[in-house]
Amino acid sequence: MSAPSEAEPARRRRRRSGGAAEEGVLYPRWFWPSFTFPATLWLAILFVLPLYTVISIAFGTVDQIFRNPLPVYEPWWWSGEQFGKVLDDSFGLYRHVYIHTFEYVVIASALCLFLAYTVAYYVARFGGRRKTLLLALLIAPFFISYLMRMLAWINLLDTDGYINKILTFLHLVPQPVDWLSGRPSTVIMGLIYGYIPYMVLPLYAFLDRIDANLLEAGRDLGAGPARTFFRVTLPLSRPGILAALVIVSLPMFGDYYTNNLLSQSPRTTMLGNLIDEAYGSTGQGPRAAVFVIILMTLLLIPMFYYLRSTARSLETR
Amino acid sequence: MSEHVLSGPQTRALPRARGGFVRRWVRNPWRRPTILATVTWGYIVWSLLPLVIAIAVSFNNSRSSSSVHLFSLQWWWTDPSDSLLHDPELHSAVIQSLKLSLSTMVIAVPLGVAFALGIDRWRGRVAAGANFVMLLSFVMPEIILGLALFFVFSFLLKFVPLGTPAQILGLVTFQLSYPVIIVRARLLSIGKDYEEAAMDLGATPRQSIRAVLLPMLYPAIFASAAIVFADTIDDFVTVRYLSGPATSEPLSVKIYSFARSQPTPAINAAATFMLGSTIVVGLVAYLLYRAFTKGQRSGAGLGDLANQF
Repeated sequence: MSAPSEAEPARRRRRRSGGAAEEGVLYPRWFWPSFTFPATLWLAILFVLPLYTVISIAFGTVDQIFRNPLPVYEPWWWSGEQFGKVLDDSFGLYRHVYIHTFEYVVIASALCLFLAYTVAYYVARFGGRRKTLLLALLIAPFFISYLMRMLAWINLLDTDGYINKILTFLHLVPQPVDWLSGRPSTVIMGLIYGYIPYMVLPLYAFLDRIDANLLEAGRDLGAGPARTFFRVTLPLSRPGILAALVIVSLPMFGDYYTNNLLSQSPRTTMLGNLIDEAYGSTGQGPRAAVFVIILMTLLLIPMFYYLRSTARSLETR
Repeated sequence: MSEHVLSGPQTRALPRARGGFVRRWVRNPWRRPTILATVTWGYIVWSLLPLVIAIAVSFNNSRSSSSVHLFSLQWWWTDPSDSLLHDPELHSAVIQSLKLSLSTMVIAVPLGVAFALGIDRWRGRVAAGANFVMLLSFVMPEIILGLALFFVFSFLLKFVPLGTPAQILGLVTFQLSYPVIIVRARLLSIGKDYEEAAMDLGATPRQSIRAVLLPMLYPAIFASAAIVFADTIDDFVTVRYLSGPATSEPLSVKIYSFARSQPTPAINAAATFMLGSTIVVGLVAYLLYRAFTKGQRSGAGLGDLANQF
């Protein structure tokens, strides 16, 4: 938060003296807080309270007969029984799920970054007269729903879809490939395709703001194109790169639908799928709550990093 | 722009460069960025071509997703039982989608705009805390929020039935941060001068907001309304967790559950319909944006819009 403006004490003094002439110039004390009140109340009841409910269920007990979760709202009566069970499973039965999740997210974000950076760099530096057209084409997928984009790939990768038609026509494969059942490469491609628009635009905005004079200075001092890029552009764009990585990897960690739509096989299960499956089956409520807490804990550091960096950019802009 | 300086005249090679053609081409600092251009256009084709094909499938009169037949509206309304218009399930899902999106937009945008205005001027610990929670709701993965809301409506706030009411409350919570972030960015670029000038000329705080500040915020408000609408109509995570009876499932949830189990081109038609409504709303917002920023815009409108993200 930025420091309060220097006029603040002066204003306060003036209000105390209460000159009739200044009335209306100053906002009453309650004026701005009252604007934030409705949304704050909304978030308290429908954002903070739900998160607390999740914790109460995860540390609560289970009805012995109906297998319903019985939330415990008082922290001093919390039991770690459910949590311990799931944690045990996490290191045994579900270990491969955690490994999958990390593998897929890391590979997909890395490829996303490589592709998105190249595209954003080209448009920002060499867009020229076509910049508006290029930007419109880059923004287009942003407004097209995730479902529609996944549906497009289901059509294409189907056993009698275009991809298989082309591959068999060229005799690259003897018979149609079953892309849509449990192939990690398909899931990773889906993740990249789904989330890359969220990366291209912020990276473009960031690279576009880099002062071209700095690049020219690098060139003037004798650095070649590659050297200018690695010694000037890349270091300057590091905050943008980190923010963009967080933007795509946070939702990827919570993703279950890409997997459900493009694979539907336990071979490619991710952490999000465990949560979704636990939600769908009766008696698994506490398990879902514990998984949610585990996911949230894993994502805490990137989330806080992102919050801090956006807060800082809001102040300096 | 400096690209003229950097990509300047087309010299054949540096004076000192030796070696074969490839080597000279690689080392020439003034060559055109061919590789970058190829990757970029390749990316654009890869990102848009599948969608064009998916839209084309919805106008196809065969059940297969690859064999192309004549243009037909079979899956839109001609087919008496399976088309988008005549399948009662899909029909009611369209209405539910529009109902949810419109009510979320109507609730979330005013709440968010008011919050942005207040938090921009109110300093202190309480304000910082409220702001933090708001930003946290922005970065929280949707599966976490959706499930948390499902739990709160089934255990603590039982008087809210799962179905339309719970869905609207959940969607507003999830979308609240968009107007806040967009309007705050706009407030920062406006500054406080106009408002202070208005008050120096005798306006009360309320008048200065209504007559001066709010009109300047219209572009940001329209942009956020369009984004909230588009994002809500596409949402299927929160909505699915909070849906009650089958009639409360909007089009997005139907598409999600039918996409693999019974894929007919009617599903493509449904997705295309969603896309169309998003484009209409986006276009309206863009036209309003242009109309209200006449004389304020510095350069191309799209570049400005990209900077909003």
